[in-house]
Amino acid sequence: MKFRGKIVDGACLNHFTRISNMIAKLAKTCTLRISPDKLNFILCDKLANGGVSMWCELEQENFFSEFQMEGFSAENNEIYLELTSENLSRALKTAQNARALKIKLTNKHFPCLTVSVELFSMSSSTRIATHDIPIKVIPRKLWKDLQEPMVPDPDVSIYLPVLKTMKSVVEKMKNISSHLVVEANRDGELNLKIETELVCVTTHFKDLGNPPLASESTSQDRNPEHMAEVHIDIRKLLQFLAGQQVNPTKALCMHRICHSGKKTLLLRVETNETYKRL
Amino acid sequence: MGAEPAGAVRGKGPRARRPRRAGQCWPWFGRRGSMKCLVTGSNVKVLGKAVHSLSRIGDELYLEPLEDGLSLRTVNSSRSAYACFLFAPLFFQQYQATTPGQDLLRCKILMKSFLSVFRSLVMLEKTVEKCCISLNGQSSRLVVQLHCKFGVRKTHNLSFQDCESLQAVFDPALCPHVLRAPARVLGEAVLPFPPALAEVTLGIGRGCRVILRSYHEEDADSTVRAMVTEVCLGEEDFQQLQAQEGAAITFCLKEFRGLLSFAESANLNLCIHFDAPGRPAIFTVKDSLLDGHFVLATLSETDSYSQDLGSLERHRPVPQLQAHSTPHPDDFANDDIDSYMIAMETTIGNEGSRALPSISLSPGPQPPQSPGSPSEEEDEAEPSTVPGTPPPKKFRSLFFGSILAPVGSPQGPSPVLAEDSEGEG
Repeated sequence: MKFRGKIVDGACLNHFTRISNMIAKLAKTCTLRISPDKLNFILCDKLANGGVSMWCELEQENFFSEFQMEGFSAENNEIYLELTSENLSRALKTAQNARALKIKLTNKHFPCLTVSVELFSMSSSTRIATHDIPIKVIPRKLWKDLQEPMVPDPDVSIYLPVLKTMKSVVEKMKNISSHLVVEANRDGELNLKIETELVCVTTHFKDLGNPPLASESTSQDRNPEHMAEVHIDIRKLLQFLAGQQVNPTKALCMHRICHSGKKTLLLRVETNETYKRL
Repeated sequence: MGAEPAGAVRGKGPRARRPRRAGQCWPWFGRRGSMKCLVTGSNVKVLGKAVHSLSRIGDELYLEPLEDGLSLRTVNSSRSAYACFLFAPLFFQQYQATTPGQDLLRCKILMKSFLSVFRSLVMLEKTVEKCCISLNGQSSRLVVQLHCKFGVRKTHNLSFQDCESLQAVFDPALCPHVLRAPARVLGEAVLPFPPALAEVTLGIGRGCRVILRSYHEEDADSTVRAMVTEVCLGEEDFQQLQAQEGAAITFCLKEFRGLLSFAESANLNLCIHFDAPGRPAIFTVKDSLLDGHFVLATLSETDSYSQDLGSLERHRPVPQLQAHSTPHPDDFANDDIDSYMIAMETTIGNEGSRALPSISLSPGPQPPQSPGSPSEEEDEAEPSTVPGTPPPKKFRSLFFGSILAPVGSPQGPSPVLAEDSEGEG
């Protein structure tokens, strides 16, 4: 198994750093999946009372000027690694104004992802900072748990308001209640609601717009004004919002109520398609 | 009643009553003179920064006005770090070490108290015009007075203890290895390291490159390995580089950062003198008005040196201390984890369980193993003078000389630790 990549463009480096910061805010450990065309950050956190899972996909071409990998085998040309997300974001932080960044899989007494940053220096010699991030290679048997989540057809799908605004609203709400109700309809209306014994606070967002329906099979006869609602843990939502440092081209959220009555809220941020299922 | 500094604003109520001196034996009472010094302008901030820097090391500040200047010293509780700043008389607008014919004073103050006067460097820079430090032999207070803008005067009366002179025995000239670089270069070099990192290894790698690497104590119980960060500097970054390849020391980064931030703000060059691992490393800054020395203990070796030049064994195997930035194009030479993968897959196949093997299952070339348990590196001569000292670091304590005679007498390398004359016990 081999992996080697190089980023030389400042903007790409910056973007990659911000993504890793976002991941670091969401989870302590994450899985990095390396395939010939893509890099994925995956988090699977199945808790009893509604866990969070996250799937983030990057097209490697958009970031790396050089990218070589050899996966586990020819048929399974992928690499799955588990690492502490903070290590990666800290390593990348060094690279803020770097000339180049190289990242590769190495085995220096323990398997690690070596991030090597070439810094600008006043003198003629280069200054290099190297970070060896310890990793665990995930055996092939466990790969099936880390596949791209199936995005089921939602009942309601809506574009989110400016995330910064949403974040400040949710932050204030966190002080009052630990659970939040997210309601949305196909008419571009989104409500964030908290209810306690003493008080009920709702923030209404209007004219948000809905993305076109994915498939014909979703109930056409649904009243567009009818709200689909989902109860979620406010802290998880805040974690997601706080981590958003990448300015998305679109952010949307989908409600889904499946047959067993289980409700899912899917938040999708598109610059790199980050799915977060709450 | 001692003389009060002129212009001091004191209340007249009960709180202004001078407190009784604690029952101390002051054999020099009556022969002790007064100290007075006045710092003005930007030097106030320099003094403040020096105090901040010292506060990173110890909890007590030893203030000693000498003929050469005002010396501020401190030592940490485990006696593995010593710091000293000497401000020449020219640093001050007025400097009087002691009144003529009287003995020099020495006092020890709580670092927290002294630091609180200089707490806000921004405030010092913006509003303080003059700082007057005075110590009257008969009084029980060290008075620090800040003359600020708009006629504001802040007077701090700090209580102190009489003490012996704190001296560490060290001589930079005896160290075979010397590095000198602008503090800014070293400041940039330590940026990649996490702020919480305790220890760092400094060494000379192949091609005279200076390497700084994070050092983590091997913890047999922990399954989570720490990230290893390494920074490589070229020879050209240094004004002086006199050291052999392979020479390396490990010292406390947190303590070093104290001096580094001072040196960066004062735009000075920082000099590192070091010797074999285990021997103290001396960090110095100097300009015409001041002199700073930080002496830090270094980790001593347990295993023997490997024969390879440029590699250094410790009680856990580490990669060779060589530059990663060799100009040849990278190849996958040391990237081979296939053998690791094979071993891993085989284990899983055999056990039929889903557990991942521990990371230590590396079938690669094994460096000579050292005993798993941390070896005894405590210096036998290190008494714990302070009960409840923080957990023992694997550092040798520095040897201190005890000075009872007046300053000026030669100090031999006597292995006696300085004893504080804490009268109240």
